[in-house]
Amino acid sequence: MAAITMRGITKRYADGTEAVKSVDLDIADGEFVILVGPSGCGKSTLLRMIVGLEDISDGEMRIGDDIVNDRAPKDRDLAMVFQNYALYPHLSVRENMAFPLRLQKVPEAEIMKRVEEAAAVLELTENLDRKPANLSGGQRQRVAMGRAIVRDPKAFLFDEPLSNLDANLRVQMRTEIARIQKKYGTTTVYVTHDQTEAMTLADRVAVLRKGVVQQVDSPRNLYNSPANLFVAGFIGSPSMNLVPGLLTGTSLQLPFGTLELPSDVAQRLGNAQAGERQVIVGIRPEHFEDASMVSDDVKGQGMLFQNRIENIEWLGSELYAYLPYTGGDAIGRQLDQLAGDLDMEQSSGDESQLVARLDAASRVREGEDAEIWLDSRKIHLFDPETGEALARPPVA
Amino acid sequence: MTASTIGAERIGATTAPAKAGTTKGAAKQPGSGAIWKIGTAVIVAYALFPVLWILSLSLKPAADVGDGKLIPTNPSLGNYRDIFTSGEFVRPLINSIGISLITTAIAVVIAAFAAYAIARLDFPGKALLLSGALAIAMFPPVSIIGPLFNIWRATGLYDTWPGLILPYMTFALPLAIWTLAAFFREIPWDLEQAAQVDGATPYQAFRKVILPLALPGVFTSAIIVFIFCWNDFLFAISLTSTEAARTVPAATAFFTASSNFINPTGQIAAAAIVVTVPIIIMVLVFQRRIVAGLTAGAVKG
Repeated sequence: MAAITMRGITKRYADGTEAVKSVDLDIADGEFVILVGPSGCGKSTLLRMIVGLEDISDGEMRIGDDIVNDRAPKDRDLAMVFQNYALYPHLSVRENMAFPLRLQKVPEAEIMKRVEEAAAVLELTENLDRKPANLSGGQRQRVAMGRAIVRDPKAFLFDEPLSNLDANLRVQMRTEIARIQKKYGTTTVYVTHDQTEAMTLADRVAVLRKGVVQQVDSPRNLYNSPANLFVAGFIGSPSMNLVPGLLTGTSLQLPFGTLELPSDVAQRLGNAQAGERQVIVGIRPEHFEDASMVSDDVKGQGMLFQNRIENIEWLGSELYAYLPYTGGDAIGRQLDQLAGDLDMEQSSGDESQLVARLDAASRVREGEDAEIWLDSRKIHLFDPETGEALARPPVA
Repeated sequence: MTASTIGAERIGATTAPAKAGTTKGAAKQPGSGAIWKIGTAVIVAYALFPVLWILSLSLKPAADVGDGKLIPTNPSLGNYRDIFTSGEFVRPLINSIGISLITTAIAVVIAAFAAYAIARLDFPGKALLLSGALAIAMFPPVSIIGPLFNIWRATGLYDTWPGLILPYMTFALPLAIWTLAAFFREIPWDLEQAAQVDGATPYQAFRKVILPLALPGVFTSAIIVFIFCWNDFLFAISLTSTEAARTVPAATAFFTASSNFINPTGQIAAAAIVVTVPIIIMVLVFQRRIVAGLTAGAVKG
């Protein structure tokens, strides 16, 4: 087990394009860190640079106390689980798991002991003599993990390990991975494009966009205090509503109403608020509510507005309402670019839509107007030019 | 795995037409069964009749060779006894086996390394190398036989085992490299990277992971190369003069009968049957290995 330290890690291809740009990342001993981002953000490349399957163009990679930039993968003592498992098809499950130990010339008795132990942990004991071709997807996944566990390596690396499994199995294996990582306490770096995996498994999540680390933080802080528009839009499902706003003093004008900034937000904005100012306002769906469901003492801390409900999705425990509004195109350019990065659908025309998560008991109806309450304590403000968060709530 | 099935079909088509035909026919739906059966019968008869005729000839005593009957009236193994006792067949048979095996072994080992590099690495001149190898394999041997004869005479390679192994290699290597490269390309690169992360050197990854998976390809190319060497007549007749290196196809042309007044037809037929047997055995033994899709289950497809 060891810490992994990256300083200015860069991957530059022969044609000059940079897949990973000057990444600084400290992964503590025993920590579970997830690299997340849309496809093509460089997360897998970064993982492959840690394990040594990709050369490092620039920067310094340390595992424990050693600089490993020029070490071959076999000398880095890391174990990796590949997206497609990469099991050796000509070897039995037992021999697949024993493979790394045989290369280390571990005594036969010790090999068998460690393989049996790992098989017991992974519930593979009955399948030890079968070939990978005769196993189910979940079992193959376990064998790949078993091959990593038996070595007791300095770190586990996972490259989208669950993306080939169906939805049920994915949830099951997710808890399995969490259990095994806790049991062994091994430093773990895990790559995924699935934010649910990132939020549920990680101690800390690193969000990447176009090879640049946007924010490294605990899942809770990423959600409650995103550093910029990209993180705000990427984390959370359904994603955060982003609407244009005009800031005058401590009052914030939105396309569907005007609200008074809470005093702590105004304070954090401080001298940044000189005269009028255009901002992008981020509101999570759950920070809207059907006004009739909000108690009167809380009502004062938010904004009330009337809006038509275009569409409703009732899911039993919650309810999503889609609220059309006009005037969203003021920030269109910035958001279109973001939408492109996130593979989201781009809004067309000047009519935009809010997603609001309301109490399931709400009586709002499709096609009718309803009074909606917005919790102004929970809004996020972003600079429309740089996309950086303004007056970020303090992180927990 | 497309490459293995293509390889297997090729082997099946050239050496075991009867078998390929029947299995194909059985797989069709009942309606077209009769047509398939007739077609199969025609093809099998067409392909096997000459073999049957040779077998019949080899069992006939010299006096009956010209009788035109398919079933020998006085069947005997005399011809076989003759060729194995006369010495003008045994020594060429040893030459054939030795030269073919050595060529196959060297060609497959060199081709395995070359094909691995071609499948895995990007190096300057790769396309040129591959097309060059293909061009050499396509070269008509008869056009180089003259110069080769003179060079071999001058260098002392004439009428020696290396004298045949060398020209065989020039044709066998491109064949083997192309076949093996196709197989190596089918093996997921992830497996090799997994082996490297598991602590293998590149050579260990090659030997313990890639090579076992490429075994069907290795066998396929070994069989192709072996058959090429085994069947060659042109080089064997041109570059040898004595029993020191003369192989069976060339040697049968020099068979002499027990008497000067009769043709050694029976002995030639017996020799032909004897040299066909190893090929049939080899294909039957390795067929299953060639067809087996060893990489099934390596990665989720």
